[in-house]
Amino acid sequence: MSDNTKTKKGLVNGLLKSSRAFVLGTALIAGSMTMLSSTYAHAEKILRIGNDGEPQSMDPHFISTVQTSRISDDMSLGLLTYGPDGEPVAGAAESWTVSEDGKTYTFKIRDHNWSDGVPVTAQDFIAGWERLLDPELGAEYASLLYIIEGAEAVNTGKEGAKLGVKAIDDHTLEVKLTAPAPYFLAQLTHQTAFAIPRHVVEKFGKDWVKPEHIVVNGAYKLVEWLPNVHTKLVKNDKFYDAANVPIDEVIYYTYEDRTAMQNRFRANELDVARDIASEQISWLRDNLADSLRIAPYAGIYYYAIRTDKDKFKDVRVRKALSLALNREAITDAVLKTGELPAYSFVPPGTGNYAEPAYTAWKDLPYAEKLAEAKKLMAEAGYSADNPLKFTLRYNTSENHKRIAIAAQNMWKQIGVEAELFNSEGKIHYADLKVGDFEVARAGWIADYNDAQNFLFLGEERTGPLNYAAFDNPRYNELMLAAENEGDLKKRSSLMHQAEAIMMEAQPYIPIYYYVSKQLISPKIKGWIDNAPDRHLTRWLDIAE
Amino acid sequence: MLSYAIRRLLIAIPTLFIVITVAFFMMRIAPGGPFDQERALPPEIEKNIKAAYDLDKPLIEQYGIYIGKLFQGDFGPSIKIRDFSVAELIMAGAPASMQLGLSAIAIALVFGVAFGTYAALRQNSAVDFAVMGVAMIGIAIPNFVMAPLLSLVFGLYLSILPTAGWGDGEIQYKILPTIALALPQIAYIARLTRGSMVEVLHSNYIRTARAKGLREKLVVNRHAIKGALLPVVSYLGPATAAVMTGSVVIESIFGVPGIGTYFVKAALNRDYPLVMGVVIVYAVMIIMLNFLVDMVYGLLDPKLKSH
Repeated sequence: MSDNTKTKKGLVNGLLKSSRAFVLGTALIAGSMTMLSSTYAHAEKILRIGNDGEPQSMDPHFISTVQTSRISDDMSLGLLTYGPDGEPVAGAAESWTVSEDGKTYTFKIRDHNWSDGVPVTAQDFIAGWERLLDPELGAEYASLLYIIEGAEAVNTGKEGAKLGVKAIDDHTLEVKLTAPAPYFLAQLTHQTAFAIPRHVVEKFGKDWVKPEHIVVNGAYKLVEWLPNVHTKLVKNDKFYDAANVPIDEVIYYTYEDRTAMQNRFRANELDVARDIASEQISWLRDNLADSLRIAPYAGIYYYAIRTDKDKFKDVRVRKALSLALNREAITDAVLKTGELPAYSFVPPGTGNYAEPAYTAWKDLPYAEKLAEAKKLMAEAGYSADNPLKFTLRYNTSENHKRIAIAAQNMWKQIGVEAELFNSEGKIHYADLKVGDFEVARAGWIADYNDAQNFLFLGEERTGPLNYAAFDNPRYNELMLAAENEGDLKKRSSLMHQAEAIMMEAQPYIPIYYYVSKQLISPKIKGWIDNAPDRHLTRWLDIAE
Repeated sequence: MLSYAIRRLLIAIPTLFIVITVAFFMMRIAPGGPFDQERALPPEIEKNIKAAYDLDKPLIEQYGIYIGKLFQGDFGPSIKIRDFSVAELIMAGAPASMQLGLSAIAIALVFGVAFGTYAALRQNSAVDFAVMGVAMIGIAIPNFVMAPLLSLVFGLYLSILPTAGWGDGEIQYKILPTIALALPQIAYIARLTRGSMVEVLHSNYIRTARAKGLREKLVVNRHAIKGALLPVVSYLGPATAAVMTGSVVIESIFGVPGIGTYFVKAALNRDYPLVMGVVIVYAVMIIMLNFLVDMVYGLLDPKLKSH
């Protein structure tokens, strides 16, 4: 017996020894990897940002996610740029004038250089816009510049189409618009309107954005992009305002796992986490109150009702569905992360707009809303024996599911039987686009800070993005009139009337206004919460 | 043996081709495309983009273009991570995934076999039950629970290792993801080893060996272990391929720059070329490792040697 045990011990010891060898081997491999990997001279101030998604591209013309534009905003300076509070301020243009009819803008380009010392000219902006609109490039966001004369024709490949822009000289740029669009200036902060370094793009083609080639006119320059790990930017010494840029290096770490990002923040391995693990909100409120930032964000969460389907043609049904949704219960009991109940389609505080047009019944107590909803359903011919039945679709997400279940139960009170149908995002949106749904969850985040950027979703001419297939002639007219109105006040009033029509007709049931949720270390200075949620690194500093 | 090996290698080529073809069409049959998103694109722009990626051509023509380029070693561009080609993304991510995977499987093999043998030799004792109980828990606890737990305990509470990240590839960043990857494998291999070891120890040739008067140590080390390892070896083929091509859970929790995330992310994004790229990598690994396993099998199992 004892002999037996010894043998077994010997065997195990042997195996353990060889395992040590394995661990040692692994260590050696790893160690040598470390020595081979590149190291950078240590900058004094390094900002470490947890970014909640992998960037798509460093080429402004291929960027369509906020996670990517955060990085690109640090590298490129548009004619206008985001100020510390997210409002548009002078960028590459030091000044501009607008013609009386509001359709011609003339920009004076600031005397500044690309990061390789070549001057930035008006022609660089024209080259950028022409490239974005070139149909062969296939840029997702090209339509954002359609407000420029000829842009749509160029992008759709119309013969003889010409863009309405002109370089009067190297530092003067003239732009003609199809309509007086007061949001045009705000739009120039967007990556679609950035200039491109012609001399570099011509030389390297699509590789111009590789770290070894890239040339920028913004505060920071790309030095490294490791897919799924990080994007590293260092201060651009040639930036026109470099003297006022305190942070030397900024690293965007990709984190799609919110909990992992949060843990890194807690371990002081990140200074900023651009999203939080929402399910841990009460813990965060108790323990990281000085870092947690929840602020209104220019976005709306809504349910679209397919208005061209027979059962939803009756406005009373749509209104009843909207009335019966207890938004306060959804934001306070289901979400619990500071979202605000929505009774308008345009979030309050949106640019070039007065107070939104709220639903008339916004302030009624929920019991009364419910009573009204029941009445409307009865009038529309529905009863306990003849309930309204439909499918509510949502794309895969824990929160979408929880809200859908809540909605299903709230609707049950007015005798509605909603069946829930969940599909993966790509399938969901493909079906929404072709109108293959009855009621579906959707959301919209503004591309630029203007009410038109929400309300166009209800216009007939918007096409597939008008998920509800809402087609109200008066609404369409008002929106068209607003587009051609140069006077800001009148324009705002026209859009307000349009929104009032939409809120009465309820093709879209607004549920809540988005909020941005992030963790910002108290040692970061200059972080001002703002609705566009733009925080350029050049405005930030790190306290010693 | 040699002709067998050559035959196996030759069969691998059409196998791979079939995998590529099936994957290509299955991916395209799935509803939704790379540009269906919350913010639907205006039809004219979608047309431009589809043309830029040849997605406007008939499916069979797209397949022809894809295979043609593949023969020239071109995996195409990634649709969603524009600045990299599929080949670049895989080359950038594969080393990390393979390093972690190999270390994990090596550790799993050593510990798994050791624990399994240890338990088998003390069959039905308290030690046996303890080892197998722990192994069962190891199999039962999913990675997405174990990984954040490790990160929380060692990274945040004890602060002896980074919670996540890759740094410049220093070893301290690799310890937790390797352990998290290895744990379920250790558990599985331990159970496999124990099971087959118990069976082998009761077999006739072991009785014969003991009857010859061989010492127990020799019986186990020279005779029993070879037979007991057979199921482990056949498990190792697919297991190694699986861990070396990365784990989406481990990679996203620990921020490992591997290729595991692409299997899920690229599929959800309908990034067709990237999906194809990782499928090919995975298929090649499976085919190669299964081939290796069969060769090792031949060496371990005397019954197969003669064939």
